[in-house]
Amino acid sequence: MDLKQFQDMEARCTQEDMPRCTAACPIHVDVRAMLSALRKNDFSKAYAVFAQAAPFPGIISRLCDHPCQKFCIRADMDESVAVNALEQACIRLGPKPPVRKGLILRKNNSVAVVGAGISGLTAAFYLARKGYKLSIFDSGNAFGGRLSAFSEETLPRQTLSGDFDVLADLHARARFGVTLGLVGDISLAGLLEKFDAVYLGLGRREVSALALGLELNADKTIRIDPETLGTSKPGVFAGGTHRQPENDLSLISSVADGKAAMISIDRYIQGASLTAARSNIGPQPTRLFTDTGKVAPRPALAAADPAQGYTGAEAVAEAERCLDCECMECVRRCEYLKHYKIAPRMLGRQIFKNRTEVVRRFNRHMNSCSLCRQCEAVCRDDFSMAEICHAAREDIVRQGKMPPSAFGFALQDMKYSDSDVFTLARHEFGRFESRFAFYPGCQLSGSAPWQVAKTYAYLREKISGGVGLMLGCCGVQADWAGEREIFANALQSLRAQWEGLGRPGLILGCPTCYMVFKKNLPEIPVDFLFSLVEKLGLPEVPPGESRTLAVHDSCTTRYEKEIQNSVRSLLGKLGHVVEELENSKEFTGCCGFGGLMQISNAHLAHQVADRRIGESESDYAVYCAMCRDNFANRGKTAYHLLDLIFGDEAGNIAARPPVGYSRRHDNRARLKAALLRDVWGEDAREEPSPIRLLISPEIRALMEDYLIMDADLRSVIAYAERTGNKLQNGANGHFFACCKPAHVTYWAEYSVEGNGYAIHDAYCHRLEIIDAGSACS
Amino acid sequence: MVKMKDEEKLSNGKDLICAKCTVPLKVGPVTFAYVGTTFPVSLFHCPECGLAYVPGALARGSMLDVQMALEDK
Repeated sequence: MDLKQFQDMEARCTQEDMPRCTAACPIHVDVRAMLSALRKNDFSKAYAVFAQAAPFPGIISRLCDHPCQKFCIRADMDESVAVNALEQACIRLGPKPPVRKGLILRKNNSVAVVGAGISGLTAAFYLARKGYKLSIFDSGNAFGGRLSAFSEETLPRQTLSGDFDVLADLHARARFGVTLGLVGDISLAGLLEKFDAVYLGLGRREVSALALGLELNADKTIRIDPETLGTSKPGVFAGGTHRQPENDLSLISSVADGKAAMISIDRYIQGASLTAARSNIGPQPTRLFTDTGKVAPRPALAAADPAQGYTGAEAVAEAERCLDCECMECVRRCEYLKHYKIAPRMLGRQIFKNRTEVVRRFNRHMNSCSLCRQCEAVCRDDFSMAEICHAAREDIVRQGKMPPSAFGFALQDMKYSDSDVFTLARHEFGRFESRFAFYPGCQLSGSAPWQVAKTYAYLREKISGGVGLMLGCCGVQADWAGEREIFANALQSLRAQWEGLGRPGLILGCPTCYMVFKKNLPEIPVDFLFSLVEKLGLPEVPPGESRTLAVHDSCTTRYEKEIQNSVRSLLGKLGHVVEELENSKEFTGCCGFGGLMQISNAHLAHQVADRRIGESESDYAVYCAMCRDNFANRGKTAYHLLDLIFGDEAGNIAARPPVGYSRRHDNRARLKAALLRDVWGEDAREEPSPIRLLISPEIRALMEDYLIMDADLRSVIAYAERTGNKLQNGANGHFFACCKPAHVTYWAEYSVEGNGYAIHDAYCHRLEIIDAGSACS
Repeated sequence: MVKMKDEEKLSNGKDLICAKCTVPLKVGPVTFAYVGTTFPVSLFHCPECGLAYVPGALARGSMLDVQMALEDK
């Protein structure tokens, strides 16, 4: 993913877009923050938020034409939030902190503002705060321009003068009773000689007689660039009601003009670009999505005394109607996104930047995403954290900088499944061709090998023309780990196995394999096992009670409607009642295994699983072995569809106990041996009986979390007993020993128990001890 | 760099003997290496053959922190 591709991706996330009210407001008052403060009864803070954007809060709150309310998302449902009335309440009820001028570094440049209306005074206010010397000229005798025409009731004189007092504090000089023009007191040419820039806020005045020397529009108004407010003469800017239609004057647009002119004038004097990065100026559309589906209607609150306005309590109640618009559709559903407490777009940016950082602090963030693509499915614009994380993993691997601890275990696991211990490709016994071949996948084989054997027998019985068998790993672990090359090799050997069997149609027992084949090996025709069972008909099923089962769909087949429907149909045929989880089918979530998050961040993976299994009290029905094992490992009763068809090892329909990493390894090896023996009549080699280990459930759980296999502990004990390199605790007689078969050093605390070894502790580390006495391999 | 805690490094090392040399362990310098970095750590080890004792709390604690910090560089 290059920078351009990343920018295209991040732009799809609308979470950082302004809410509709703020976007519609020409000066972008942070309405959400203001109302949030009100909800906390903090009128002072609410006032400060308003005053942050509104230079003359008293005047603006009274006269604003509040476009925010027209665009409020509630306007489509019941009634807009009464933002304007709430602003007025802030002014009335909020203790007004003095306007903080901050540290003003005075500049030598000076600016003239002609016209003491709201746009000119806004420009003057902000420019003075930037340290410019301000001179304000007006033909009248006070600040305010057309504002003085408002009645005392609408705009009390005290509010007017109170707001404008700040200009004196900022040392802005005012000259009243002066007119601009060829025959007036001042001329534009004269101003330009004395000042570095000029702002014209001339109101609705006729300007053609003033001989300003500026280009005019057909309607005899000054031609003003809508973006910069520049006129035809460099250094002269104009705005305010002068460029508004006579029948639609907007105070807040004039304030916005004053702000825009301030930016232009500052840039003009500094010699900077007038046009660069001005996209946030003025009202604009917003793409921010907010789900209002579950919002109950609640009309706006009318003040008990309309003349007085909202009381404090009324204001708080009205502010509570604000939906605090935000998207967060993906975050709401995803434990991973929630866990990192960073908005998705920002998290994506950090992960993208992480690739090139000296210290890559976001490695763990990058490696903990389940790549389940729920974010992509729920986002209207297909923003995909999975895509960002996956591309970043590939990039880091290419640089040789992937932390070895992130996915090392999974790649070892894959190597094991791809070794002769498990892989197999055979035609049906007694045949030389295969119309179909069953590919159960490594996880189903590791979780419930007898179900694979029974399924294979069922398929041979139901399908004519030869059903071969292919055992192996589809390579998804390498793909998830960002190991493009290893994944490509895995796909190549899959293709070779398939070609070796004469290109049969493959029957896939695992949804992840299904996704891998469909996406990466499109030339191979595939069927998902349960879609086929639906068509072929169920075998005879052991007796069992009818259960209500909540279906957890697999994330890797979230878009496969046929698979989802077949599973539900089969559950019905098996006599069970299907319950739908809130996030199902296309919007399903991860079980905690996807993207290898369980390997790279076991703690978070547990949280993901716990959240998912907490979504319903009912037992779950799943059709991926990893989902089954993951849920079972977290204490949830979850049935794989094959548990409900073939039952447990004894043939009973019952919940199976958890299965750990070591057991899955052993099961794969045993499955191959059993099939060779039972189906093809070949006796497998007798393996020497391994060292017997006694492991408590507590130590077993620890081993799962720290990715320690029984085989690793057997290596430790074998090495220690062979060489005598071990330590002993004098108090309890326990031995401590270590062994480093490859990259990881494993430790066991053990004692001899009968004809086996009791494990009292098991741990491992990747830091290597390089002193001679500790070389334990 | 994360500092390794003494209580993690030493743990119950004083209770241990080297089963081969039948001598109690003593605290001494041991060298750790990972992804191209080496650094000394004081651990209990056998004064005769050098076999070092890495306690479980150390492996699951600050060693893991050090490992991750080194991996991110």
